[in-house]
Amino acid sequence: MSHDTSDNMPEAHDASHGAVATHGDPFADPGLPAHEPRRTDIDERAAKRAERQVSLLFIVSMLATIGFIASYVVFPIDEIVYIFPIGHVSSLNFALGLTLGVALFCIGAGAVHWARTLMSDHELPAERHPIEADDELRADVIEQFKTGAAESGFGRRKMLRNTLIGSMALVPLSGVVLLRDLGPLPEQKLAHTGWDKATPQNPIALVNMNTNKPMKAEDIIQGSLTFAKPEGLEEDAEDFQVQIAKDALMLVRIAPEDIKDNQSRELGFEGILAYSKICTHVGCPISLYEQQTHHALCPCHQSTFDLADGARVIFGPAGHPLPQLKITTDEQGYLVATGDFDEPVGPSYWERPR
Amino acid sequence: MKKLSARRRHPLAALVVLLLALAATGGLYAAFAPAEKAQADTSAQSLAIDEGKKLFAVGCSSCHGLNGQGSSDGPSLVGVGSAAVDFQVGTGRMPAQQPGAQVPRKKVIYSQTEIDQLAAFVASLGPGPVVPKEEAYTPSTDPAVAGEEISKGGELFRTNCAQCHNFAGQGGALTNGKYAPSLEGVDPKHIYEAMQTGPQNMPSFPDTTMPEEQKRQIVAFVRHTTNDEPNPGGLTLGSLGPVTEGLFGWIFGLGLLIVVAIWVAAHTTKAKKS
Repeated sequence: MSHDTSDNMPEAHDASHGAVATHGDPFADPGLPAHEPRRTDIDERAAKRAERQVSLLFIVSMLATIGFIASYVVFPIDEIVYIFPIGHVSSLNFALGLTLGVALFCIGAGAVHWARTLMSDHELPAERHPIEADDELRADVIEQFKTGAAESGFGRRKMLRNTLIGSMALVPLSGVVLLRDLGPLPEQKLAHTGWDKATPQNPIALVNMNTNKPMKAEDIIQGSLTFAKPEGLEEDAEDFQVQIAKDALMLVRIAPEDIKDNQSRELGFEGILAYSKICTHVGCPISLYEQQTHHALCPCHQSTFDLADGARVIFGPAGHPLPQLKITTDEQGYLVATGDFDEPVGPSYWERPR
Repeated sequence: MKKLSARRRHPLAALVVLLLALAATGGLYAAFAPAEKAQADTSAQSLAIDEGKKLFAVGCSSCHGLNGQGSSDGPSLVGVGSAAVDFQVGTGRMPAQQPGAQVPRKKVIYSQTEIDQLAAFVASLGPGPVVPKEEAYTPSTDPAVAGEEISKGGELFRTNCAQCHNFAGQGGALTNGKYAPSLEGVDPKHIYEAMQTGPQNMPSFPDTTMPEEQKRQIVAFVRHTTNDEPNPGGLTLGSLGPVTEGLFGWIFGLGLLIVVAIWVAAHTTKAKKS
């Protein structure tokens, strides 16, 4: 082996060692090293042993597959066992994973072992050739192209050429038309929420998401966070998820002197502010509310809104503040909304008014 | 007199003088102190308040002011109630180690008796949420009721808590270095008190918007999901969702495959020759 190694070194091919190479390439092509047979190539017993090892791996794989099928039948689906480093796991999952893993690993290991010990490992050099065609062929192709272009009259008959370009430019439009199959346009659905029927004469009560009951203003204390939905929207309603995705509110109470935005203070009731819970970036439910800083954070892309300042965006990709609902109390003191949000909730879209 | 002046430079002389002075002051105080004050109210509650006031003066007053009125270093404690004290001191958050974005949980340095005394003193400053009774936060032991409690608690947890604390109660990041801590191994009483009082930046969930019973259901769910619930697949990877799992897959799964590929390639007869 040491003999081979010294053969590969450039100096072995360069007699004038140390001097500037003057005759051609200083790094001589070392050529292919001599083929060295493996033990299994010369020793038939070693080859037989390797063969048995590969077969053993394949047999283990077969057994593991049988074990997989057996454990599927044997282990009950809800049995939990304790296995040391992993903890409490389902015995079925553990057995299935272990046997399938062993079965696949042994096939792979067997194949690698087979390739390394028994398959031929003779070196086969393949010369590289230039990719481009030779000059003669290229000249011929250019000549044919020119002849074809002249015979078609493409350059001469301009009307043909222009109509061809026109028809080819219009064909992709049929693909655009097929997009219609994606469904009807949303129309005004995005602009309206469950609160849009609220009027000063006919207010909609804010219902607590936890208790399913309307709330009084004194129920909302400073530093608390409450989630609300419009009265009449029931959780077992067929379109509940569609509705709540637009109607969800978060209610916070901020000391009126701490509210920096006058308009926001007027929309609220004695410091109780009702903001849309839907992030204006891509519509995640946003309610990571920090009661000391009054920041609300969106867990998806970290858009941060200052609820004390009209839900102004202070960080992150959201494009505009969270819409705020105008709330007040009815004669019994329950919190009610007297109108819809003044802008669509959730992320921007083309037709969004602002 | 000569004997005394001869020893006035003795190293212990200062200590003797100090002791004499202290004894004299104490004696004078005992003699002249208004007697009716000492006799006033000896009920257990007022004793606890007195003890709490002393503890407060030593441990808390440097930030919260001698009378809990607050200062530039700490908020006013008027009206925070005994539940807040029991939570903050009982989880080791207070006294805070250093000012910063987050006050983390650490070793508790007060005994429960001392915490109760501190709580009694702070509660005397103004009305606020009181430490809940044990039955308020202890999940039911009846399996049928317990199952329903856990299931309802899960729904409430996902509505009110999961956004910050993660759906499995493992905690998560907030803004500017703040974070919602993991709920693993937290005492049920402290979970309950946190919901009542809203410690640090956590919003509170008062009984008016989240009744007592719902708080108990949430406690039951948190206890179940962080302590008892087995994980059928083994390794939970922190229950932190697709990011952790993806990271694990890329680094450990693909890393292992690369290591195996390198090993296979490095152990051929070809590789040995050069």
